Amino acid sequence: MEAVWNSMNFLAESLAAAAALIMALDPEVVHAVRTSLFTTAIAIILAAGIGIPVGTLLGLGRFAGRRAALTLLNTLMALPTVVVGLVVYGLLSRQGPLGAWGLLFTPAAMIIGQTILAAPIVANYTVAAVAGADPRIMTTALTLGAGRLRGAGQLLMEVRFGVMAAIVAGFGRVIAEVGVAMMLGGNIRNYTRTMTTAIALETSKGEFAFGLALGLVLLTVALIVNLFLNLLQQK
Amino acid sequence: MKLLRILTAVMVVILTLCTMSTAEERLRMSTTTSTENSGLLKVLLPPFEKQHNCKVDVIAVGTGKALKLGEAGDVDVVFVHARKLEDKFVADGFGVNRKDVMYNDFVMIGPADDPAAVKSAKTSGEALSRIAGKQAFFVSRGDESGTHQKEKELWQAAGIKPSGSWYVEAGQGMGEVIVMATEKRAYTLADRGTYNAFKKAKTDLEIVFEGEKVLFNPYGVIAVNPQKHPHAKYELALKFIDYVTGPTGQKIIADYRVNGDPIFFVYGQ
Repeated sequence: MEAVWNSMNFLAESLAAAAALIMALDPEVVHAVRTSLFTTAIAIILAAGIGIPVGTLLGLGRFAGRRAALTLLNTLMALPTVVVGLVVYGLLSRQGPLGAWGLLFTPAAMIIGQTILAAPIVANYTVAAVAGADPRIMTTALTLGAGRLRGAGQLLMEVRFGVMAAIVAGFGRVIAEVGVAMMLGGNIRNYTRTMTTAIALETSKGEFAFGLALGLVLLTVALIVNLFLNLLQQK
Repeated sequence: MKLLRILTAVMVVILTLCTMSTAEERLRMSTTTSTENSGLLKVLLPPFEKQHNCKVDVIAVGTGKALKLGEAGDVDVVFVHARKLEDKFVADGFGVNRKDVMYNDFVMIGPADDPAAVKSAKTSGEALSRIAGKQAFFVSRGDESGTHQKEKELWQAAGIKPSGSWYVEAGQGMGEVIVMATEKRAYTLADRGTYNAFKKAKTDLEIVFEGEKVLFNPYGVIAVNPQKHPHAKYELALKFIDYVTGPTGQKIIADYRVNGDPIFFVYGQ
């Protein structure tokens, strides 16, 4: 009975702490939210820039190696975040080939890693969206005199819900991941600390209630972003 | 192809924005989780940052990794606690101007009922052999941190090679390990600072062994050698070392309290 009461207490404490954090707009938390949103937004834009064209090509194209490419893309969806972190770390460390750029432990390094994480997801969802589209859209566009590029653009407009789903899925993966942000950002206070690395830090300090409170703040932020994206879809 | 070119351009612009938008100089310091988690850096760093119009970027990892970051030149200064590794770091030419900053000590903690009767042990070696003899749970950091180095040293000195299901290698930070030991009713080695921060509400483990000379835990600060890594901010690193070992820094460290307990002690006076 006491154990149950204690765990209830713990959750109540987290909720109260979360409410207090949101109300007080704690500057460190606000900064972590900003860093999370900033790096995620840029990473998603870049991932969309890579993933949507690649996905469209794979979804529409009929060429040798397409199956292999699709399998590879599916496999890349399973990339562990720490592996991405490790590879990019190896590239960006002063000992690595791109070390002279001095990007390790900056938001830029996190963006690179997060883009690599999100791009396969965006591409995969785009493949599904494009492949599921009415095949007559493309042929109609072509007979109406559009080029292949215009045709593909038209098609993407038609399946924009699917494309939006691709972006939402990529956003979800990136804003929730901790491996890349921790390894490449270094969890530097008021600089590269994100919502997720802050949660990891609070957990390591044994501040479970505060960590969970941050988790609730993160969910709230994600909810707001998704509501916004939803609004865009309805237009 | 045009798209690719646009993407590259966008990427370059973003990356430069990210790096250029920092007007003030940034000093990168790798340090141990114990200095960061204790909250000391939050009061120790701001006066220095203000005085030199810079930002100190703190990367808190285990001592082993903190030194590795220094070896790779990914940081400008390291602030750690593993004297032997620090000396090797300097001897290998990766670091220069090593200075003592502060100290605290390690304590062995365990369940209050003390199943392995560690409390009556005379030495840390005896304490460990009792734990091993009883096969009582012992949680090891297992992460090459300073605390882990010290723990390995103590086992070695006791002539024991710990292995078996009772010896739990966590591979996590001090806080996580104290929590794990609390849950498993296990023994562990902790730095006093982190234990003090946990003992109020987060653990019911008690100190079962303390006070031996080998449990002394000194912290040192080292600048990354600019001859190995010309890009390292050596000047600023030296200023930082002067600051933390100088009167202002030393006073802040000595006056720092968590729940009324001092966490770190300074030399001299």
